[in-house]
Amino acid sequence: MHVKQISIFMENRAGRLEEITSVLAKENINIRAISLADTSDFGILRLIVNKPVDAVEILRKEGFTIRENEVIACVIEDRPGGLHSMLELFAKSELSIEYMYGFFERHTDKAVMIIRVNDPARAIKILLDGGVELLRGEQVYSL
Amino acid sequence: MLIWNKTAETMPREALIKLQKQRLLSILEHAYSNVPFYKAVFDENKISHKDINSLDDLKELPFTTKADMQASYPYNMFAIPLDKVVRIHSSSGTTGKPTVVGYSRKDLDNWSELIARLLTAGGVTQKDIVQIAFGYGLFTGGFGLHYGVEKIGAAVVPVSSGNTERQLMIMRDFKTTALVCTPSYALYLAEAINEANISPDDLYLRVGMFGAEPWTEGMRSEIERRLGISATDNYGLSEVMGPGVSMECQCKHGMHINEDHFIAEIINPDTGEVLPHGSVGELVLTTLTKEAIPVIRYRTRDIASLIEEQCECGRTFTRMTKPQGRTDDMLIIRGVNVFPSQIETVLIEMEETDPHYQLVVSREGALDELEIRVEVNEAFFSDEMRQMREIEEKIRQKIRDALGVSAKLKLVEPKSIERSTGKAKRVIDLRKKN
Repeated sequence: MHVKQISIFMENRAGRLEEITSVLAKENINIRAISLADTSDFGILRLIVNKPVDAVEILRKEGFTIRENEVIACVIEDRPGGLHSMLELFAKSELSIEYMYGFFERHTDKAVMIIRVNDPARAIKILLDGGVELLRGEQVYSL
Repeated sequence: MLIWNKTAETMPREALIKLQKQRLLSILEHAYSNVPFYKAVFDENKISHKDINSLDDLKELPFTTKADMQASYPYNMFAIPLDKVVRIHSSSGTTGKPTVVGYSRKDLDNWSELIARLLTAGGVTQKDIVQIAFGYGLFTGGFGLHYGVEKIGAAVVPVSSGNTERQLMIMRDFKTTALVCTPSYALYLAEAINEANISPDDLYLRVGMFGAEPWTEGMRSEIERRLGISATDNYGLSEVMGPGVSMECQCKHGMHINEDHFIAEIINPDTGEVLPHGSVGELVLTTLTKEAIPVIRYRTRDIASLIEEQCECGRTFTRMTKPQGRTDDMLIIRGVNVFPSQIETVLIEMEETDPHYQLVVSREGALDELEIRVEVNEAFFSDEMRQMREIEEKIRQKIRDALGVSAKLKLVEPKSIERSTGKAKRVIDLRKKN
């Protein structure tokens, strides 16, 4: 149930993000989900792509500082309260979320939340027990 | 404790000061009369060597700088005709034109005397077998040490630098008891001994005299432990003489300056003002006996302080601390002296960082701002902002502890700081533009 996410260290300067997307475009790598956390000096770009292994290799070769992580992809009903019912499960179990970001999936009309926790095995169990649909890595890459 | 020349090295301070004054007056006369450079700068500053009546008056004289020596390339600083010169050495010239230095017969005799003192202070006697792993050539280290060993009557093995395998073979087979080289090479040899599976019991090493580059107390204990020796530091620079200006005794607390041959002063590198004893500043040296190249108030660019209290070893010569850095590199941030090497030490000691950094100094209103740019590496890059913040704070804290001033930290991408094959460009000082 793990999904590979690639994080890239980025200095906050004009054109830096474009340099990353240009590398990915050249290698025909499609971005499935993207999130950027930033401070005034630097940012952490988090990406889920269709070909994570190739993307890691090419980004390293281009000299980017990257880290691979496992995240969880939850399917959420696209309706009021959809996110809330999932977060309730986390709150009840006192499980904290490091960060999360979402995207909308056009084939099924559902939202997908990407969640990073420090105890993924436990989180997966709680979510499945709570009836939340999780996506496997391959499912997310090929969306 | 062994002292090579008791008469000189334990001379009462009063007699020493008298001797220094007498030698100073005669060296000033020599420099003024025989080196056009000194005649010109003395005249320009409207000062005559005849105005100098005490050691205290020395501060009235202008400085000699490295640039002055370079501008005199090759022979314009020489005070004696070339037919009286018996040896010529030269610096490598990595930072511009090389500086050329010459020695008369008497200069070489004095130099050997100073090296004999250095070796004796380090524990060498005529029974020793001294392996010199300094380069023999234009560099003053090899030949400089060589003749002092002979003067003592110890056996000199002039192996010169490099070829570590041969160094080890000679060290073992020739039964070397004393090692002379740079401290970093001593550590390298210790590693090579380990890798070659040579047991320290197969070696006869007892003492080591290391110099020609700055080294820390940490390195000393590492060298002493790994080679099973007593390691002492010594200091010198070719513009003034070469090795032998000052050396540690077995107390290993500061290097005794051979004050019958040199006068040391500590100045504020920005104003040139002489600082009271004990202050940290730039070391300035005046030669008292050099015939070929008398040097008046040479700015060494080394930052050190003088220790006046008499040493337990019995020598009456003032000691200087290990140089803490070079004035070329020193920054003054909000009144505090900061050396890039201090920041480098912090970064090397931290597991998370590589020693790739750059300092940017700017001024916000009346306040100096120091920004330290540190390259991120994959070992400490986390995708969680909280962890990145913690590491940033840890680096910032350690740097504040080491420098005594707070700095802004900026994490930058790997390899974004310019690499240089020579001296790294560590400092960008934007204050100088204003």
